[in-house]
Amino acid sequence: MADIKELQLVLAGFGGQGVLFAGKVIAYAALLEGREVSWLPSYGPEMRGGTANCSVTLSDEPIGSPLVTAPNALVAMNQPSFDKFIGTVRPGGVAVADSTMVPEVTAPEGVGACAVPATALAEEAGLKGLANIVLVGKLWALTGFCDRATLDAAIEASVPPRKAALIEKNKQAIALGIEA
Amino acid sequence: MAPANDKVLMKGNEALAEAAMRAGCRFFFGYPITPQTELAAYMAKHMPGRGGTYLQAESEVAAINMVYGASAAGARVMTSSSSPGISLKTEGISYMAGADLPGVIINVQRGGPGLGGIQPSQSDYWQATRALGHGDFQVVVLAPSTVQEMADLAYEAFDLADKYRTPVMILADGMLGQMMEPVVLPDERSLDSLPEKPWATVGHGHKRAHNVVNSLYLTAEELERLNIERYERYAAIERDEQRAESYLTDDADIVLVAFGGAARIARSAVNLARAEGIKAGLIRPVTLWPFPADAIEPVAERGARFLTVEMNMGQMVDDVRLAVNGRAPVAFYGRTGGVIPSPEEVLDQIRALDAEGGDAA
Repeated sequence: MADIKELQLVLAGFGGQGVLFAGKVIAYAALLEGREVSWLPSYGPEMRGGTANCSVTLSDEPIGSPLVTAPNALVAMNQPSFDKFIGTVRPGGVAVADSTMVPEVTAPEGVGACAVPATALAEEAGLKGLANIVLVGKLWALTGFCDRATLDAAIEASVPPRKAALIEKNKQAIALGIEA
Repeated sequence: MAPANDKVLMKGNEALAEAAMRAGCRFFFGYPITPQTELAAYMAKHMPGRGGTYLQAESEVAAINMVYGASAAGARVMTSSSSPGISLKTEGISYMAGADLPGVIINVQRGGPGLGGIQPSQSDYWQATRALGHGDFQVVVLAPSTVQEMADLAYEAFDLADKYRTPVMILADGMLGQMMEPVVLPDERSLDSLPEKPWATVGHGHKRAHNVVNSLYLTAEELERLNIERYERYAAIERDEQRAESYLTDDADIVLVAFGGAARIARSAVNLARAEGIKAGLIRPVTLWPFPADAIEPVAERGARFLTVEMNMGQMVDDVRLAVNGRAPVAFYGRTGGVIPSPEEVLDQIRALDAEGGDAA
């Protein structure tokens, strides 16, 4: 496992796959541990059925630019997003791809690429729609960006009260991703 | 597990709206536009619970005139928009300045001119600091650079507006509005603790002469006298309210000047330059008007070179040059149209300046 606590992360996929929410869970983990964090979404018409992405930075120092242009971690949920961002990942970084949606996972030298069939795994486990959280689990397993217990607490903090019934399923998705 | 220090994770737009209500803002009038919409939406959701009024007006022009009315009646009142919408509000802002009415106006800037785009920009600097409407006037312009400052400066803006009886603008951008960061929200102010407004047009049961709120003066000498009085107030603001943050400037050979979202990128670039042994620093104006010339002058005096970084074609650089007043070279780097510069491209500019400096020495 690469140990990446100073996470400079890009999450990207189709609008509706939950990349913004996945980023929010990771941001909450840093908030709960009292660290610096920024979360910056793409916004605009491209979000309607097109691609969506967000930049998340976790740090122990004050954060300058919240726009991550040279990430040390990438989570990609479709092929166009993977192809768009994989070249920006710095050597020593990691890339996690949902291989159900990203058939071609090739990474440059020095970047650890990890293909997880997150959409298929989630559906088999009765967690349809939680591929994004499966990938958060996998990212955690690869980087250790927070304490394990914080991850579950971050789920509790980021799921809105009206969807509280989904907290347990989200935690299962985290565990599924960690084991994948 | 609870977050440390009562911090919450909020979007800049939402933190600003919450802080405004905590500062005693009970009236919000606006019209939707990206990228400030979450601000108005947050107001719509939370204002009624505080007994306040949220109203989506039929246009930006209507909204700013409602702000004029609520302010004349003594209320703490706010409107928000993004660049094209602010242009529509400028007539009303000029009327507010002419009637000495406090009020807080938020501009979450996007690319222009015209309808432009919806991505972050700083291309309304000149509009905010030079001509937010017709006539002889200024407004106080505050430039937050973090979500925390979106909250803190919104909270303070109401006090500044009341103290000097002037509109105050918060000049943010789409990046600051849309991003989330941890924020500690300010305390909720009791409405009883807000400053008295003896000039407000409120009912008094014939106990005093009636107050007039007006910006029409047909006698030239009277209008001149009022404008001169207002500029005496502006002189006090320029003397007492300049604010800037200096980062690693003490020994810096190259001093970046950047505000708002661009200042975050400049700060990253300064850190990259320092890691290469280049003595770079950053002055970040927090007040754009009054421009913090007092923070620039001593640095210019000792011969540091300046690099202004903006998300526009070069606007604040004029104020930097005025403050430097020929004592040091001032370079500019910017991206426009909604493009956010990367720290690496700003670093390239610092390297180039550093190389020039080496040649000169």
